[in-house]
Amino acid sequence: MSAERTFEYIGTRPIRHDGLDKVTGRANYGADFTLPGMLHGHVLRSPHAHARIVSIDTSAAEATPGVKAVITGKDIPKTNAKLSLGEAAMELGPMGDNALAHDKALYEGHAVAAVAATSPEIAREAAEKIVVVYEVLKPVMTVDQALAPGATILHDDLVTKGKPLADAPKHTNVALRMELKRGDLEAGFAAADLIVERTFTTPMVHQGYIEPHACVARYGEDGQVLVWTTTQGHFIVRDASAGILGIDAAKVKVVPSEIGGGFGGKIPVYLEPLAIVLSRKAHRPVKMVMSRDDVFRASGPTSGTKVRMKIGAKKDGTLVAASASLYYEAGAYPGSPAGAGAMCVIAPYTIPNFMIEAYDIVVNRPKVAAYRAPGSPAAMFATESVIDEIAQKLGMDPIDLRLKNAAQEGDSAPYGPKYGPIGLKQVLEATKAHPHWKAPLGPNQGRGVACGFWFNAGLNSTATVSLSADGSATVVTGNPDIGGTRVAQAMMVSEELGIPVERVRPTVADTDSIGYNDLTGGSRVCYATGMAVIKAAQDARDQLCARAAKIWDVDPSCVAWERGRAIPLNGASDKEPLTVSALAAKMTATGGPIVGRGAVSAPMAGPGFATNICDIEVDKETGVSRVVRYTAIQDVGKAVHPSYVEGQMQGGAVQGIGWALNEEYIYDEAGHLENAGFLDYRMPVASDLPMIDTVLIEVANPLHPYGVRGVGEVPIVPPLAAVANAMAGATGVRFTDLPLSPPRVLKALSGA
Amino acid sequence: MSTIHVRTTVNGEPTEFLCEPAETLLDALRNRLGLTGTKEGCGTGDCGSCSVLLEGRLVPSCLVLAAEAIDREVLTVEGVAVGDALHPVQQAFLEQAALQCGICTPGLVVAAKSLLDRNTNPTEQEVRFWLAGNLCRCTGYDKIVRAVMDAAEVMRNETSEVRA
Repeated sequence: MSAERTFEYIGTRPIRHDGLDKVTGRANYGADFTLPGMLHGHVLRSPHAHARIVSIDTSAAEATPGVKAVITGKDIPKTNAKLSLGEAAMELGPMGDNALAHDKALYEGHAVAAVAATSPEIAREAAEKIVVVYEVLKPVMTVDQALAPGATILHDDLVTKGKPLADAPKHTNVALRMELKRGDLEAGFAAADLIVERTFTTPMVHQGYIEPHACVARYGEDGQVLVWTTTQGHFIVRDASAGILGIDAAKVKVVPSEIGGGFGGKIPVYLEPLAIVLSRKAHRPVKMVMSRDDVFRASGPTSGTKVRMKIGAKKDGTLVAASASLYYEAGAYPGSPAGAGAMCVIAPYTIPNFMIEAYDIVVNRPKVAAYRAPGSPAAMFATESVIDEIAQKLGMDPIDLRLKNAAQEGDSAPYGPKYGPIGLKQVLEATKAHPHWKAPLGPNQGRGVACGFWFNAGLNSTATVSLSADGSATVVTGNPDIGGTRVAQAMMVSEELGIPVERVRPTVADTDSIGYNDLTGGSRVCYATGMAVIKAAQDARDQLCARAAKIWDVDPSCVAWERGRAIPLNGASDKEPLTVSALAAKMTATGGPIVGRGAVSAPMAGPGFATNICDIEVDKETGVSRVVRYTAIQDVGKAVHPSYVEGQMQGGAVQGIGWALNEEYIYDEAGHLENAGFLDYRMPVASDLPMIDTVLIEVANPLHPYGVRGVGEVPIVPPLAAVANAMAGATGVRFTDLPLSPPRVLKALSGA
Repeated sequence: MSTIHVRTTVNGEPTEFLCEPAETLLDALRNRLGLTGTKEGCGTGDCGSCSVLLEGRLVPSCLVLAAEAIDREVLTVEGVAVGDALHPVQQAFLEQAALQCGICTPGLVVAAKSLLDRNTNPTEQEVRFWLAGNLCRCTGYDKIVRAVMDAAEVMRNETSEVRA
């Protein structure tokens, strides 16, 4: 097994191949492409959160000099097509309606028309001349408003999928209700010595990637389409754009640019179908770039949530029963991560009796997209806050309480399957042993700890490994590299072939140049695409062995591979070992090019667990708080490039700290977003933070040849409760509503 | 509106272009001069992705008019390395894995260079406050701060070698 394997390259920290271009400004991102004759697109967006579109008059815009095309919802076909991909099936009808509204504007910022013109300024000015007559409807901004009797209904044809309650109204904003249950809930709570029940809320927040959405599309008169775009999944852009527009996917080539952050937000299509249609109408390439304001109002933030959480425990800390109700805003169309939240909410613990229900609820906000472990942070904020309170009330160490109930290999996850080898207990033990846990606290400081869980995804990946005659190699995959996956893939080739990382060139290919790859998401690239890369490298290695057999004129069974060389076995032991370079130099004479191929469908992935320790200091006069020390501990399976694993943990922790302390979508009563900019949507900056210490625990994942498990998402799960629990320690107040912004903290302290 | 004739110096090269009166330096750099290393993250001066040095002063180029560059010197990320010699900050970013997606990196490289131009012995707190105008959403800043501290050390050693 992999645990026994010693690695030469895996676990080292080489410089990434795409690094130089990125530190010198040469790397090309979404907005960096230009084409001759290119036009610039501009989207006209609804000023209303909820309105019926009565009419659109585009004549003044079309008559503006420099305008080459104007489109409205009529130019985007309505479709019932679906795309099965990533973490769920995607409904293309709503995705197309979201890209350009057909009948109703469902949130402020919803696209209602688009213009292509010879300059961005002309396009913008022309768009402002489009006359849209709206019938303004009452907006539904929160889950409570959406569920209230007599609530305004967003979609007349919406029916509740899953398990609607028997007395649920037919006309509804609830897109899905699901249940997970086990054991006897009543008996479980009856046996508890202590029950804690609280209701928690988290605001809608944005992934906050620094690069706005951007693309260039060129539609040829022969129907062939080229799209350059910044995306987490160019195969999704291809299939979704083709599906929405009713064109053949094989006629669409999508070239991914470098991607300036995504975190789940760059999975759906927003601009691409519009750019394609504008280009078709104008017979010229069209570039479209979102402003930051557009990104906030009209991309895909994550759900605001309300979670009611009730957990019962025995005096000795044994958790005996849990019930939870999760209400997640989906935004304008169904598809919040409520179901994932329900599956995560008590996943770290073995609780014999539970009943969890989750609601996916449409509201007049932008349609949510994935955001790093989608659904889990808000759910586990509730669980980990209640667990902390139980520990406090029982007088137990909060880590001991978690250890007592921690899931381990063989336990049934609340969502069904039995866990394989998982590292939760090791992570908790490492947390307890960490000097941070025992360090003294200063005045006005508090310490919190919390756990996090995420499934991780596997899915489909393709890779090829090709040898050059000089013995260097290229590895080609189809996953945009957001955080250092290319260098990890090159390291895997090095490990299999025994050639230095610098002699392997990793490339992310367009949709025409590599087999299908699911998106960069679900913490899957290093894991599943890595498996495809290893397979491809092993295929190349097997071909190298066969070439050695040919050169030596022996049976292939007389050749083995060892540390970058073909070595002779019995029957050929008089031969000198042949290196990759020696074999590659003779490729032509021994049978031609050597191309290794790997294609995998990884239905499973090893789940990830993490804990965070947070120390916070609160200024009780102003309510301002500051994280003063932070440690993230995580089971990473096997860290391929430890620096980039640490980077995932540090970055996820800080996004979570932002979610906990400051970030929120603020709407007025009419449904207008009041803080659509980085000045008012307050993400953490360097001076807000301490160093983020990391501890990597490696519990090998048996599903992967090196033991790798996904590491990118679980880091954002623990911080919400870790920060809130620290705040409880510092102030004596248990906060249940995020963010813990200065006004909220001050109000609670002055009321206390 | 008539266009404005701008004579300026960009990365040490005498440069001329025409621009609209309301055009930003960021747009002129990217769209007229092809210097797309300077990125737009917000257009409102809040994210620092478009950081450049104007007469040695760190500015968000989205809040500077292109016409303000007349007779002044502009340094963009493309001008930070000299030939094949990376600036110590760039080298430290590579070695410390101080970038993930890399979109904020050009702005951070320019901002860090401008700090180290003034102070090659900054404290961690000085680094954090100097870089507070540059948003990074991937790294949590830990490795960025370490890289800048490392680069400072390299620059101090280079200076002392020269003195020796």
